Amino acid sequence: MARYLSIIDSAYRATIEEQDDTAVWFTHAMKNGGADISILLRGDAVNYAVLNQDAKGLRFGSRAVKGPDMVRDVKAVIDKKVPLYVVSDDLAERGIQPSQLIPGIEQVQRSAIPKLLENHDRVLTW
Amino acid sequence: MATITIGIMDPPYESANTPTAFRLVEAAIRKGHNVNVFCYEGATALGYAGQKQHPNAVHGMTLEEEDHPNPKEWVKSLLAFATEKNVKLVWCNCGLCVDERGVENQVEGTCRGSPVDAWKYCEASDGVLMIGTQ
Amino acid sequence: MSRYLLIQSKSPWESGDIGHFYSLARDLGQAGNDVTFFLVQNGVMSARNGAKDAAFDQLLGSKIRVLADDFSLRERAINRETLKGGVSVSPIDEVVDLLAGSAKALWH
Repeated sequence: MARYLSIIDSAYRATIEEQDDTAVWFTHAMKNGGADISILLRGDAVNYAVLNQDAKGLRFGSRAVKGPDMVRDVKAVIDKKVPLYVVSDDLAERGIQPSQLIPGIEQVQRSAIPKLLENHDRVLTW
Repeated sequence: MATITIGIMDPPYESANTPTAFRLVEAAIRKGHNVNVFCYEGATALGYAGQKQHPNAVHGMTLEEEDHPNPKEWVKSLLAFATEKNVKLVWCNCGLCVDERGVENQVEGTCRGSPVDAWKYCEASDGVLMIGTQ
Repeated sequence: MSRYLLIQSKSPWESGDIGHFYSLARDLGQAGNDVTFFLVQNGVMSARNGAKDAAFDQLLGSKIRVLADDFSLRERAINRETLKGGVSVSPIDEVVDLLAGSAKALWH
């Protein structure tokens, strides 16, 4: 069985309409099916690692929009034992402090990405 | 002969990723490889049977003259090409993505699946390429 | 050591995030991997002679094989004579060959 790495750098693209991030969701679904898969958050997607994200409260006319719960979803993949990495350089560039992060996420330096790639057989780029 | 799995996400008419993906599938078939295409999100509309051509007044062209592309025809044509070359082309749409977009009416030859199916295609492949969207 | 295929589909002027992908290619190459950097779509813009993309230029002349999709070049009126040295024109078939040969593929 191959080891997969989902590299996610697209962020908040369709999260309101889909009520999740579809790359995180897909990865979770693969894991549910038995895949050996990890997630690397990079670029703007490192913001998915931040606590207290809140997308509730939208309403279009009488239709309320439930909204995604990214913190719930990120915690769920961590609970599912999907290794979840976040690029520390990208966090720092965006002014995100370690204290703001969801517990259970492992920070990796950008320079360590080649090693992460070597440790996985297949890459899915989102 | 190898097997390649390509994942695509972009809806029709929105991204240059789409013709590139079709070029890759065409090239793979031409070279005698089996191909699995997993359409996720907007890409599930590529095979939507309800696509229609239109004339183009700005180009000064009638419907026939404009011959506007409908990607569903590209899907049909590649399925036929694969048959002609005696290789397998699987064109699989994410079922939930189809449902939420209302594009159930697909051209013949496509199928429906889930991320687990995509994973199984990948497991059975020599190479995997996921073309994400922005 | 592994074989890698890095596909760059955006130009540095449409994506501010391209530097990391160039760096990744360099790092993978320096680690001794077999790396092909394939420019497609607007990614070929950096390959035009005179295009100001210093980070891309650093890939040229290294062990990394830098290819530019023939159709994308023609679509943008970039011909062989106006390519930067170190960039080779390639059909999309090359991507297929690398995938068929189990290269790890990253799309950007």
